[in-house]
Amino acid sequence: MNTVVAQLQRQFQDYLVSLYQQFTELRKLQDEGTPDFVAEVVSLFFDDCSKLINTMSRSLERPENVDFKQVDSGVHQLKGSSSSVGARRVKNVCISFKECCDVQNREGCLRCLQQVDYEYKMLKTKLQDLFNLEQRILQAGGMIPQVNIS
Amino acid sequence: MAEVMRSETLNISNNTSSLASPELLHVLAVDDSIVDRKFIERLLRVSSCKVTVVDSATRALQYLGLDGDNNSGGVEDLKINLIMTDYSMPGMTGYELLKKIKESSAFREIPVVIMSSENILPRIDRCLEEGAEDFLLKPVKLADVKRLRDSLLKAEERVFKNMMHKRELEANDIYSQLKRAKI
Repeated sequence: MNTVVAQLQRQFQDYLVSLYQQFTELRKLQDEGTPDFVAEVVSLFFDDCSKLINTMSRSLERPENVDFKQVDSGVHQLKGSSSSVGARRVKNVCISFKECCDVQNREGCLRCLQQVDYEYKMLKTKLQDLFNLEQRILQAGGMIPQVNIS
Repeated sequence: MAEVMRSETLNISNNTSSLASPELLHVLAVDDSIVDRKFIERLLRVSSCKVTVVDSATRALQYLGLDGDNNSGGVEDLKINLIMTDYSMPGMTGYELLKKIKESSAFREIPVVIMSSENILPRIDRCLEEGAEDFLLKPVKLADVKRLRDSLLKAEERVFKNMMHKRELEANDIYSQLKRAKI
């Protein structure tokens, strides 16, 4: 049982390390009083992503009638919120996305849209995995490892 | 007792500070992004501030009571110590909100901080020229908020001390007058 726990803990640590840097600032705002703050804000973020991606997808739908202003506004919002929660990869795609918008490159925009969709879903899955690992560790009688990132 | 008293009375009210409540700054935060609103609200709460969050500049003006035709109005007894607003918002921008606040006699003294995810120098200059207290790059950090809060509390303390000093001088003045009148 101990080795199972140790293995899980190591897995947990690896995940945590890769995500921690993204969420360091966010986690500073978490405390014992409101343990769900990070969960709430990232949940809001994922909902926001989904909504924005849908809107932008509609704006890009018809090649003869693309509303680049709309798309640009969506990218701007996405860049802002991903930056706030520390979703670095999503934010980086937004930078290229904005460039495609500026030159009215529909193909480029569609590619970026697909990438943004992929990145936010990946992040969502990773966080879910992290949460599940936490639960499994607790259920196996272990403690959640603290990770210190300098 | 001789009726030589002057009609002035010393009016030392209990609430000589403009703070919303002892040691608590009341901040009005304006941002159209739901994620950023949640985020800034948290930052401010963690920094022991009272927070009111709205989702647009128009709503901010409504809250302040500045949305009418007159912009000298303002809601009675509304104590705001700081306004933090996003720059790019649909409809009225943070910059336009800044201008409206500085035009209002009721609220022009309130420090206004602009937040933006874009580091555009001419934009920053324009805001500071229009009277913004500070310009913060998003994502706003806890350290930024703490710095703001500390400098505001120091300013409040100075104002308070000056007021107390002034009251002391007034009290001394009346005392000497009473002495001269040999009460």
